[in-house]
Amino acid sequence: MIQRSAWKRWLLGIAVLHGIVACAGFFAPYDPAEQDRERPYLSPMKIHLLDREGHFHFRPFFYEQQLRRGSFDQFEERTQQAIPLRFFVTGARYHLLGLLPSRTHFFGAEESRVYLVGSDAYGRDQLSRILYGGQISLLAGLLGAGLTLAISVLIGATAGYFGGWRDALLMRVAELFGALPWLYLLLALRAFLPLSVSPLQAFFLIILVIGAVGWARPARLVRGVVLSAKERDYVRAARGFGARDVYLLRRHILPETSSVILTQAAILVPQFVLAEMTLSFLGLGVPEPVPSWGSLLASLQQYSVLVSYWWMYLPALAIVPFFLGYLGLASALQQKAGTEKIVRTTSGGRW
Amino acid sequence: MRYFLRRLMQAAFLLVGVSILTFLFSALAPGNYFDDMRLNPQISPETVAALRVQYQIDRPLTVRYGRWLNALLHGEMGFSFAYNSPVAPLLWVRARNTLLLTLTATLIAWSLALPLGIWSAETRGRLPDRALAGMTAALLVIPDLVLAIGLLILAVRSGWFPTGGMNSVGFESLSQVRKFRDVAWHMELPVLALVLSALPILVRHVRAAVAEVLDAPFLRAATSHGIPQRILLYKYALRAAAIPLISLFGFSVGALLSGSLLVEVVMSWPGLGPLLLEAILARDLYVVIGGVLCSTIFLVAGNFLADVLMYWADPRIRTGVAAN
Repeated sequence: MIQRSAWKRWLLGIAVLHGIVACAGFFAPYDPAEQDRERPYLSPMKIHLLDREGHFHFRPFFYEQQLRRGSFDQFEERTQQAIPLRFFVTGARYHLLGLLPSRTHFFGAEESRVYLVGSDAYGRDQLSRILYGGQISLLAGLLGAGLTLAISVLIGATAGYFGGWRDALLMRVAELFGALPWLYLLLALRAFLPLSVSPLQAFFLIILVIGAVGWARPARLVRGVVLSAKERDYVRAARGFGARDVYLLRRHILPETSSVILTQAAILVPQFVLAEMTLSFLGLGVPEPVPSWGSLLASLQQYSVLVSYWWMYLPALAIVPFFLGYLGLASALQQKAGTEKIVRTTSGGRW
Repeated sequence: MRYFLRRLMQAAFLLVGVSILTFLFSALAPGNYFDDMRLNPQISPETVAALRVQYQIDRPLTVRYGRWLNALLHGEMGFSFAYNSPVAPLLWVRARNTLLLTLTATLIAWSLALPLGIWSAETRGRLPDRALAGMTAALLVIPDLVLAIGLLILAVRSGWFPTGGMNSVGFESLSQVRKFRDVAWHMELPVLALVLSALPILVRHVRAAVAEVLDAPFLRAATSHGIPQRILLYKYALRAAAIPLISLFGFSVGALLSGSLLVEVVMSWPGLGPLLLEAILARDLYVVIGGVLCSTIFLVAGNFLADVLMYWADPRIRTGVAAN
């Protein structure tokens, strides 16, 4: 019983993770673009329970950071004043899920800004940027996967159902796309699209590029299912009764592909999130000031940041739980369908 | 022989297809190298116009493709606008470095994955198998980008590894042996990143292939004949498990090539990756096309090697009894 619903548990876990990112406005203490020029590259703050005199406080607190005298990037705690961490505080305006205007944040502090995972070059809160960046990266992954699956179903169904020269042509092209080193293909396609565009345009460009590149394998799987489904007795019978192609495909054949498509979705989404990350990391994705998981890492290409500010690496770790969730979901779905495959998702595609 | 001919045909088709595809992509481009040049007030419009004519950028796509193909047959791959030099020698140096990295990583990854996977299959269900499964699972959920940057930070903070590049300062004056050691030292970190990202999938595949054979009826029969476990494993099981693994070898080359692009950029290894990225940002058309084609050639070569190995390992191919 528990075994049977393994994929549902994974799905629930993924839904919770996505929910947190979708409600970034609530969970993030600040606006991702809000700067604090007094505190660039602030390291993650320590949250205390014991104060200077050794007294225990139930409410966690932190100390405000100030520049150490005579230095320009060393901070020290001002231990005179403990600033308590508060929950459900009122802060920057945001729209929950893009709809509900609100000012309530999950946590924050009233007297000073709190940086749980540090700040970046402009003193922007890293935690807020990670959460908001996740919206961009995950949405790009989800929409890209949707686009790819739509293309795959179209091509796979055409090739499998009509066969003949269409099948031969489409499958040759699929071989071509499937055989190329993925990241090279992705970059080549990105290379010939406009480079300096607004963040929104860049976002859609990326979805387009990612979506156009990965369709080969799912299309082949869909084709296989369609090939076997169209020979079923009930499909033949329906055709004998005069059913049209479109009706047959919609009513009898495409529903058979649903399990393949679900499994492929679970594999494609993390792959495409990573693809977005990689493109943005390389400076070919969504540009500043809009955060995405990839562009948050781009600053690590500067040697000085790499050496001195290790917490700039923390955004990279945000993707790991998502990877775990999707990997678990994919293998649970495959187990359910009895076609377990070992899949590795890398920036270079999957294999 | 027919088998190899067919494979060669497929490879040629792939290469032609890739070149057409990249040219088609380039036709989608709304701008080119010379558009950026036009914005530069120091370059006169006449110069830009002359360059456009010289590089024949305004000719139709088919003409350009034909000329490029013709040049390719003469061992050239077009001209780099940004470097102001032919593309082929530019690519060759970088491709050699990429190849060095990728081949080393492939070799190390496979020589680690084979014993680990076999060991895991041998002890399936028991402690070593479970420990290895846990380790590969942990590595699987760390994306290669995260892994590469993480390793780099580790290198910077510990000081154990050089933090980028391929040579130390003063490399030219070193002796041959020192040169070799210097390059090897610089290679450690990128190779480690590549191996760690390829290892979990290889180990799992090796384990799955060997475990499947170990459970096959013919091996059970052999066991009941009293053939010792060692001989069973190394003489019979591995031979039978080799076939799926050889086709995986072809895939692994492609995956490591792509992975290498990223690792090269992160760790500033002077390979194809950084060159391609620069070319993309500068809209250096023929370098991009050349770079993509170059990676495809490596991939095709890797797959061909896999085909040769397959021919040697699978008697069904050798005797002409078609496997499919």
